[in-house]
Amino acid sequence: MSFLEVRNLSARVKGGGPLLRDVSLTVQVGEVRGLVGESGAGKSMIGKAVLGILPKAVEITGGQIVLDGTDLLTLPPAVRRVKVGASCALIPQDPLTALNPSRRIGVQITDRLVDILGWTRQRAEERALALLGEVQITDPARVLRQYPHELSGGMRQRILIASAFAAEPKLIVADEPTTALDVTVQKQILKLIAALQARHGTALLFVTHDLGVVSKVCQNLSVLYAGKVVEDSDVADFFRAPKHPYSAALLAATPKYTDPSAGLQPVPDAVIAAVRAEVEHG
Amino acid sequence: MAEGRFEVRRRAGVRLWLSAAWLVLLVIVALFAPYIAPKDPLEQDLFSGRLPPFWVHGADASFLLGTDSLGRDVLSRIIFGTRIALGVAVVSASFTCVIGAALGLLAGFYRGWVDVVVSRFIDIWMAFPPVLFSILLIAVIGPGVFSIILAIVVIDWTRFARVIRAEAMAQGAMDYVASARVAGRGRFGILLREILPNVLPIIVVLLTLEMGIAVIVEAILSFVNLSISTDDPTWGGMISEGRSSIHQAWWVLVFPLVTLFLTVLSFSQLGEGLKDRFDPVLR
Repeated sequence: MSFLEVRNLSARVKGGGPLLRDVSLTVQVGEVRGLVGESGAGKSMIGKAVLGILPKAVEITGGQIVLDGTDLLTLPPAVRRVKVGASCALIPQDPLTALNPSRRIGVQITDRLVDILGWTRQRAEERALALLGEVQITDPARVLRQYPHELSGGMRQRILIASAFAAEPKLIVADEPTTALDVTVQKQILKLIAALQARHGTALLFVTHDLGVVSKVCQNLSVLYAGKVVEDSDVADFFRAPKHPYSAALLAATPKYTDPSAGLQPVPDAVIAAVRAEVEHG
Repeated sequence: MAEGRFEVRRRAGVRLWLSAAWLVLLVIVALFAPYIAPKDPLEQDLFSGRLPPFWVHGADASFLLGTDSLGRDVLSRIIFGTRIALGVAVVSASFTCVIGAALGLLAGFYRGWVDVVVSRFIDIWMAFPPVLFSILLIAVIGPGVFSIILAIVVIDWTRFARVIRAEAMAQGAMDYVASARVAGRGRFGILLREILPNVLPIIVVLLTLEMGIAVIVEAILSFVNLSISTDDPTWGGMISEGRSSIHQAWWVLVFPLVTLFLTVLSFSQLGEGLKDRFDPVLR
């Protein structure tokens, strides 16, 4: 059963060109779907459209976002907010700006549970403590009393992950959760996300430009070019034999540590011209 | 590095405590003026006019800081002037702060038409020359404490609105605001819970700066006789009177001027110090 179904979604900058062209994708209950593409392909926009946090300059021009059987785009904003808040969460890209600098960690995790979901303060605090343990933070009781600036980037990203899982959402949108971290921390964070996802059975829409990351955590992926899905495959199939020439070129462009002499392979101009023509006219 | 940081913090601490001490002293003086002042500030005694302060030859020890040309005690007048200076500062800065901050927050966070209306309004408002504007305003509604407060609020709210709008806008673009929205918090809830705590340090700094500015404005308006009646002692009024006899009795001008200077300086230093206290990163 698909928990999230995006159907023919189109969006554009107000008074400007298209950002998303007829995008369709599904995320099954408990599935991890990767959303890959180069910078500006619109991958983050899809996540933001689902969560209702698109920038004001972007407008949706058509299509549906069906979450758990209801089209979000037909709901009044207040109803939509509550529905999304109860079943979805976000792991943001930049852990440095994603925590409120003037509030303690504990309050930031718990007050949403208390205010919005109506939990008791005690229950929320116990939950926060348990989750920080789950994301392998030592001395969670102390961390809950600290301010964001007292913690490292990796620690903050762990806290954001814990916070995302706090209300047991059905779907989490992870918007390039490891891009802002250094490589050694990236690996730990990915493992952590994969572990929590498996334990909680949460569906995950994983936005990234890193195919290596996709191969580690995702089951399926959608490849985006200039706002259009050019390939939708099983991860195993994709890495064995990509269907679309652009995907193949993208895969070939991934640096190979096993053969450093090969250097970096850019996506050939001919492939780009072909995919651009396909996206714009097809 | 840790040591350097400690050093900065300690120096900031000294600044904060010195300025706070001066302002606390002023508050006490203002509250208990009738008990502290050695003389009646309005009592004239033409036989003891222009007496110098106590350490100068020819002084009368009962007039510590000397007397003005009408024989009124300078110290007592400064003490009673504190009441008006502080009262005007606190009341007008508070109103300015509340109005300016509220409009700035709304414009910066909600954007859209609210922002357009508020911002254009600020632009037009700031095009008026402030001194002329306040003199005009007081000329129309008549002089008095209430007029001064009104003039300050009406002119200076733009200072708050501008700065706080920009800050609210910057904070509104942060990821933590997006996270709060995803979690289901409404716009107003985000404004109060997420944005306001981050804008608060700036509001505090502006508030204390504004108190300093209010003291100056009140003095300026007294100086041009647009404040309250000339009998009532105000620092600006004393400076204005002292100016005419600067060569014969410098103390009539200098003492209120020094008091004014220290007070304005204290307000601005207090703001800086409090900002450091409020900011979790510097704390």
